[in-house]
Amino acid sequence: MDKVMRMSSEKGVVIFTKSSCCLCYAVQILFRDLRVQPTIHEIDNDPDCREIEKALLRVGCSTAVPAVFVGGKLVGSTNEVMSLHLSGSLVPLIKPYQSILY
Amino acid sequence: MNTTSTHFVPPRRFEVYEPLNQIGMWEESFKNNGGMYTPGSIIIPTNEKPDSLSEDTSHGTEGTPHKFDQEASTSRHPDKIQRRLAQNREAARKSRLRKKAYVQQLETSRLKLIHLEQELDHARQQGFYVGNGVDSNALGFSDNMSSGIVAFEMEYGHWVEEQNRQISELRTVLHGQVSDIELRSLVENAMKHYFQLFRMKSAAAKIDVFYVMSGMWKTSAERFFLWIGGFRPSELLKVLLPHFDPLTDQQLLDVCNLRQSCQQAEDALSQGMEKLQHTLAESVAAGKLGEGSYIPQMTCAMERLEALVSFVNQADHLRHETLQQMHRILTTRQAARGLLALGEYFQRLRALSSSWAARQRDPT
Repeated sequence: MDKVMRMSSEKGVVIFTKSSCCLCYAVQILFRDLRVQPTIHEIDNDPDCREIEKALLRVGCSTAVPAVFVGGKLVGSTNEVMSLHLSGSLVPLIKPYQSILY
Repeated sequence: MNTTSTHFVPPRRFEVYEPLNQIGMWEESFKNNGGMYTPGSIIIPTNEKPDSLSEDTSHGTEGTPHKFDQEASTSRHPDKIQRRLAQNREAARKSRLRKKAYVQQLETSRLKLIHLEQELDHARQQGFYVGNGVDSNALGFSDNMSSGIVAFEMEYGHWVEEQNRQISELRTVLHGQVSDIELRSLVENAMKHYFQLFRMKSAAAKIDVFYVMSGMWKTSAERFFLWIGGFRPSELLKVLLPHFDPLTDQQLLDVCNLRQSCQQAEDALSQGMEKLQHTLAESVAAGKLGEGSYIPQMTCAMERLEALVSFVNQADHLRHETLQQMHRILTTRQAARGLLALGEYFQRLRALSSSWAARQRDPT
């Protein structure tokens, strides 16, 4: 889906969320702790919400939200993000986008 | 472990049942010591058969008329016979005392059990959710309790038994000489055993997520450390770290990084849980409180609660990944030692629960 392709290929870390989704919130907190400011797309406020959900599942995300993209490539949902982080592979992936502030 | 009918109630739930568990173990030792009553080992006391003594004089031993020749060797050692007789009498006496104490304990526990069942019945009638397999007739299962949860509790009982067996095996094997290959298969089995528990919990969470969240199947001390339905991975790493010595520099670095990632992941999930609490409270409190009707609020709240299952699964996923990463970082031998330490840590927590419950019952 064009919209999803466009939004996901934005620079940096892109996360598709729903305002009511608390796991999405948890993932956002994790990236914030890693000094990354992801671009958040809350799809439940988008008129094409259904379509976006389907597109995200098609692209290979285990659950539609949260869907995490880094540098235009799909990383996955909560499961994948957690696995990557514990294996030490998440930080190298997001290093270019980490803020040097704190 | 004793698996007779005395174990129809999972002992870890109601600590007052711990005596049954102890009785079970005592009963085992009672059975084992009863072996001394096998006919072959009894020497008939001589004071019951004075007339047979006249046959013994041919062996040339002088002294007491209370000599009894059952085996050739003993006729030359009257002291040994006397000692054996005395020991036998003493053992018999002790055995009788133990049996008496055992029967008394059984009686007491039986009365306690009846009393507890009455209490449970009463509570159930008053509408309290009594989450356990105990019913008033002590055989069937309560209607309140979903069969899936009952099945989980039973399965968990077996899981703990298998866990204890694996820990004993690891302990024995690590104290002796063991090849890396044998250790590797033990480590693999231990890991699979934990993963099996996570699968069980996932199924149970779908049936009753509050049950899993509250850790009701665990002992009280384990529940004290509960974090989203289980143990906190970073805490565990902290407990186990000293047991891995010696670690290479790279290993130490990897473990520290793992601990930090774990901590960050846990913080994220914890904050997500807090948000869930807030949104749930909002849903429940929405609209006018006091009108007496609240069906829309219930519908909304139910939707929110669905998320709880995901959180429980994510927490278990974190535990799974932590174990997996430790397995990757450590050598087979280190992993074996770590798993042994981990297993015994939980055993100690369970033992603490029992001891504490016993103390509460009989404060002296």
